[in-house]
Amino acid sequence: MKSPDHKPDDTDRRIINALQEGFPICTRPYAEAAAALDLDEYELIERLARLRKAGVITRFGPFFDAAAMGGAFCLCAMEVPSVRFEAVTAQVNARPEVAHNYERAHRLNMWFVLATETPEGIDAAARAIEQASGLSVLRFPKLEEFYIGFRMVA
Amino acid sequence: MSLDTIDRKIVEATQSGLPFVAEPYGEIATRLGLDEAEVIDRLTALQMRGVVRRVGVAPNHYALGMPANGMTVWDVEDAEASALGTNIGQLGFVSHCYLRPRALPLWPYNLFAMVHGSDPSEVEEKRAVIARLLGPACRGNDVLYSTRILKKTGLRLARNSTSKGDG
Repeated sequence: MKSPDHKPDDTDRRIINALQEGFPICTRPYAEAAAALDLDEYELIERLARLRKAGVITRFGPFFDAAAMGGAFCLCAMEVPSVRFEAVTAQVNARPEVAHNYERAHRLNMWFVLATETPEGIDAAARAIEQASGLSVLRFPKLEEFYIGFRMVA
Repeated sequence: MSLDTIDRKIVEATQSGLPFVAEPYGEIATRLGLDEAEVIDRLTALQMRGVVRRVGVAPNHYALGMPANGMTVWDVEDAEASALGTNIGQLGFVSHCYLRPRALPLWPYNLFAMVHGSDPSEVEEKRAVIARLLGPACRGNDVLYSTRILKKTGLRLARNSTSKGDG
């Protein structure tokens, strides 16, 4: 057994590249996926479990389109004065609607995604953040999402 | 798009991941008191409806030696944006690609493409590939590097409620 922080080897990388989509929905899906990769079913299971435990993959399974399930999403950005950055971060992160939040090197230095149960919830959450912080929240809802074709990361 | 009670249970049981056993859908079915065939049929139907976007791995770019993450942003002609975005999405190093509204005058960009690399110079090389592909239809561009993750919560469906996600 390799240590949890081991570097992924070539087989691991091959698995990660091949299994970003199209994992079968059938009784023995690992066996089917393993055959396509010329691996043994249990080796694939063991490697995926190890990669997941080591954090090389953050999740393995179905990815759901939350919007298709009735939710609403919006990428938002703020220009936060550096002296207030930590305080505003706390105000933004305190809202449960904020799914993730990144500091980015730009005049618009805080970028986060709002996820709410209804489309109206986006505006309410953005306005609440504006009131709490006294800063504008720019909203960048997706107008169109482009299909990601050939996936290659590893 | 609505999910019935059983669909919802299946979403809740699988959204954090599939079990690493030979018959993962069978194990989910056992946990939920359903037949394996019903779980497989329902997940297949959800995939056909687009509620399941894909089944597979979510790679951790940091752990795979690609810690640099640049949100590349482009100001392209509205009339050509859909066709150009479709081309950008086909590039193997682009992990997300969206058309979004501009916020003038501060933000002139409407096409967003997330790019990963081992260091900023690799992200810059990939950005140059996108620039060449867009050609004269692009009036300006920028790249925003993430300097810190301030919050990250997974995509979660709240119990007896609707959804949270990654827009």
